[in-house]
Amino acid sequence: MMMESMSGLLYALASLGAFALCAGIVLAIAQKIFHIEGDPMIDNIDALLPQTQCGQCGFPGCKPYATAVAGSEAEVNHCVPGGERTMLQIANLMGVEPKELDEEASAPMLAFVREDECIGCTLCIKACPVDAIIGAPKQYHTVIADHCTGCTLCVEPCPVDCIDMLVKPELIEHWAWPLPDTKRSQLGHERREQHAGHA
Amino acid sequence: MPAMLRTLAQKMGLMAHSFRGGIHPDMHKLSAMNPIENVAISPVLILPMKQHIGSVCSPLVKVGDHVLRGQKIAKSEGYLSVPVHASTSGRVVKIEEHAIAHPSGMGMPSIFIEADGDDRADESLEPIIDWQNTDPTLLRERARMCGLAGLGGAVFPTFIKLVQDKRFPIETVILNGIECEPYLTNDHRLMVEQASEILDGMAIIMHMVGTSSGIIAIEDNKADAAQAMQEALNSKDGMDDVRIEVLPTRYPQGSEKQLIYTLTGREVPAGKLPMHIGVLCQNVGTSKALRDAVMLGQPLTERIVTISGDALPQPANLRVRLGTPIRSLFARQGLEDFNHIQIVHGGPMMGERLSHPDIPVIKSTSGILALSKQAIDAAHTVENPCIRCGHCSEACPVSLVPNLLADFCRSDQLEKAEDYQLFDCIECGACSYVCPSNIPLVHYFRYGKGQIALARREQVFAEASRQRSEGRDARIERELAEKAARRSRVRKTHAPKPVADASANKPATPDVTASDNAVENTAKPEEKS
Amino acid sequence: MTEFALILLSAVLVNNYVLTKFLGICPFLGTSSKVETAIGMSFAVMFVMTLASTASWLVQQYVLIPLDLQYLQTIFFILIIASLVQLIEMMIHKTSPVLYQALGIFLPLITTNCAVLGVAILNVQQEQTFLTSALYGGGAAIGFALVLILFAGIRERIDVSPVPAAFKGSPLALITAGMMSLAFMGFSGLVKV
Repeated sequence: MMMESMSGLLYALASLGAFALCAGIVLAIAQKIFHIEGDPMIDNIDALLPQTQCGQCGFPGCKPYATAVAGSEAEVNHCVPGGERTMLQIANLMGVEPKELDEEASAPMLAFVREDECIGCTLCIKACPVDAIIGAPKQYHTVIADHCTGCTLCVEPCPVDCIDMLVKPELIEHWAWPLPDTKRSQLGHERREQHAGHA
Repeated sequence: MPAMLRTLAQKMGLMAHSFRGGIHPDMHKLSAMNPIENVAISPVLILPMKQHIGSVCSPLVKVGDHVLRGQKIAKSEGYLSVPVHASTSGRVVKIEEHAIAHPSGMGMPSIFIEADGDDRADESLEPIIDWQNTDPTLLRERARMCGLAGLGGAVFPTFIKLVQDKRFPIETVILNGIECEPYLTNDHRLMVEQASEILDGMAIIMHMVGTSSGIIAIEDNKADAAQAMQEALNSKDGMDDVRIEVLPTRYPQGSEKQLIYTLTGREVPAGKLPMHIGVLCQNVGTSKALRDAVMLGQPLTERIVTISGDALPQPANLRVRLGTPIRSLFARQGLEDFNHIQIVHGGPMMGERLSHPDIPVIKSTSGILALSKQAIDAAHTVENPCIRCGHCSEACPVSLVPNLLADFCRSDQLEKAEDYQLFDCIECGACSYVCPSNIPLVHYFRYGKGQIALARREQVFAEASRQRSEGRDARIERELAEKAARRSRVRKTHAPKPVADASANKPATPDVTASDNAVENTAKPEEKS
Repeated sequence: MTEFALILLSAVLVNNYVLTKFLGICPFLGTSSKVETAIGMSFAVMFVMTLASTASWLVQQYVLIPLDLQYLQTIFFILIIASLVQLIEMMIHKTSPVLYQALGIFLPLITTNCAVLGVAILNVQQEQTFLTSALYGGGAAIGFALVLILFAGIRERIDVSPVPAAFKGSPLALITAGMMSLAFMGFSGLVKV
C-alpha cells in the first residue's frame, strides 16, 4: 500500500516535473524566435508628436519624450505644442486614462528676426533644432517661416534680443469649419475623453 | 422585391436609372419666367484673386494702371488655377483684402477697378472661327487663358477637364442643365434664350475631347428650356448623336456623379473622376462661356445670376459683371434693409450664409438669395438627440449613414469617420433637410473633414521637421567626429617630431591647445588643417 | 459529418460559453470597447482555447489516465494554459506592439480566464474522441469570438449615442450583455447536447 502510494507520488512528481521542463524549454526557444529589438512603441508615440523639438515637455526633444512615455516613465500630458489632441492620441495608444494638460498651448507662433538689429553672431542658428534659420557669421540671419516650428529656443541665445515670436497668420486656405453652434455638439467633448482612455 | 425588379429592368434597359435617396423640397422658382436683364456696370468692381478651386492668382497690375475689359489682371500660380480678368475698362484704385463669400468671414486680396464708363474691350484675343480644324491643345490653352471655371458653382478650372487622355478616352459629353437647387433659374433662362450658343459650346467641347456623342440633361420643371434646346439642336449640323434627356425633378439630380449614374447607369468609383469611366460633365453656362472664349475671343467677365428669395420684392435673372457688389444688386431689386433677412450666396441647400451684402459677385455666384428669417424657424436651430428614424440614410444620394457619421465627427473619432466614407459625402444637405431632430448633419461632416485635413497637414509638417531635426543631429555628430579625428591626427603627428615639421603644424597648434579641454569655442571661425 | 456540424453548432450558438454558460465575462467586458481590440483579443483566446483543449485532452488520455493521476488535472491544465498564454503574448508583442499595448493586462489574464479552463475540463468530462474534442474546443473559441466582436460593435455604437448619465459605461454594457444573452436563449433546444 505504502509502496503504491509512494510510486503514485513519484509518478505524479516525475510527470509534472517533466511536463514543466518541456514547457520551459519550448518557451525559452520561443523567446529567442520572437525576440524584439528595442521598443517599437517609441516610434509609434514619436509619430504622434508634433516634432517641434522645443523641450517644453521637460525632455531634450520629441524622441526622448516618446522613449520616456513608452517606458511608462513620463505622463502623457506633457507635450504643450501637441495640445489635447496629442495627449488623447498618446493615451489611446498606451491604453491609459487621459490626463488634464498642465498648461494651455498658446496659438501657433513663428520666430522673426529683426534684421536691422542682427549682429551676425550665429548663436540662434546653432540653437535652432530644425535648422530653420539661415545666415552666416557677420551676415544677417533670417528665419525660414515655412520651417519654423515655434519652439522659441532661438530667443534666449540672441545677445541683442532681436528675435520676436509672432502669432502665425491664419490663412483662408487652411481655415477649418468649427463644430456647429448647438448645445449637443459640446457633448461630444466628453465622449472624446472616454474614447481615448479605453483599451 | 420591387427593388430587385427595378434593378433588373434598369439593367435590361427597360427603365431609366435613378440614384437612390434624394428629396423633393419646394422649388420656389420665382424667377423662372423672368428674362435675363442686363445690369448697369457698378462704379467700382472688386475682383478677388481666387474665384476658382486651386491656387490664388497674383496681380499683374498696380494701383493707377488703366485696364480694358477682358484684360488679364492677375496670373495663375500653379497648374490648378485660371487667371482673373478685368470686367470693364477703368482704373485700378486699390489692391487690398476684401470680404468674399466664404463661411469663415475672412477676406481675400482683391483688385478694385473704378469703371470709366467706356467699357472698352481688350481685343488681343482673336476669335477662332474655324475651331473645327483647330488643334484641341490650342483651344484648351484658350480656355485657360480666358479664365474659364465651372459655372455650376464648383468653379473647377475648365481647361483641366477638356483634355484627350489616351488612357481614359471620353465617350460621352454630358451637358448639365438640371439646376436642382430651389430658387435658382439662371441655367433655365440661359437655355431658353441662348440655346444656340450653348450648343456651339457643346460642339467645341466634343471636338476637344474627341467624341461625337452627347446628352443634354434638363429637369422636367423646365419644359420651355427643353423645347428651346430641342429646337436649337434640330437646326444644328453635326450633332446627330446628341440627345436631350428630360429627367424627373429631384434634389440633387444635378450633382455630377448622380447625374452620370442616372444617364448612363455607371457609377464613378469613389475617389475617381468621371473621365475614368469615359464621361465628361459640363454646366450649360460654362459651355456658353467656352463658346464666347473661342468664337469671340472674350474672357470670362460676366455671368448670369439669379437674385431671388421670399424676402425680395422683385426676383430676377441678371447678367452681371464679375466684381459687382451684391448690395447694389439687391438695391436694384428693391431690397435695402437687411434686418431680419438671411442673405445666401448660391442656392439654399449648399450655398454660403453671408452676414452682410458687401461681397462681390464672382465666378461661383450662381444665385443671391434674400430669405426672411421667419422662413428659418427658431425651432430648427435646436439640435435634439438622434431617434434612429433612418430618414437621413434613406435620403442620402451616396448611400452613406449620416447619423453614424455625425456621431463619429462629433466625438472626434476621425479614423472611424473616414472608414465610414466621410470623404464620399457631397455635402448636398439632403440628410440635414429631412432630419426630424434638426441635427445639423452636414455641419458635422464639414467639421470632420476640416479636422482630418488639418491633422494631415500637421503630420506632413511634423515629418519634415523630424527629418530636419535628425539631419541636424547627424551633421553635428559628424562634425564632432571629424574634429576628434583631426585632433587625434594632429596629436599623433605633433608629438614625436620636435623641430622639422613644427612650422607645418603651427596653424593647428592653437587648435590643439584650445580644444584639449574639449570646449567648443563657437565664436571662432572654422580652421582648416 | 452531421455529428461534427452539430457539435460546432452547439459550441458556438446553443451552449455559447459567454452568453449561456456565463464563463469568460472578464475579457468580454474588458476588451469590448473597440472592435479592433476585440478582434485581437478573440484571436488570442481562439489560439489558446483550441490548443489548450486539445493538449489537455492528450495529457488526460496519455499521461493522467495511464498513471492514475486524475487528481492532478487542474494543475496540468493550468500549466498548459499558462505556457500557451506566454507564447501568444510573445507572438503578439512581436507582430503588433500596438495591439499588445491595447490589450494590456487582459492578455496575461487569459490564463485565469474561466472559459479556457472550463473548455478543457468540460472536454475531458464528456470523454470524446480527439477529433470531436478538438472541434468542441475550436467551436467554443469561435463562439467566444463571435459574441465578443458583436458586443464590441454594439458598444461602439452606444458610446457615441446620447445615453443618460446614470447608465453611461458599464451599466448599459451589462444590460446589453443581458439582452444578448436573452437573445441567444432562442437557440436553446436546437441541438441536444
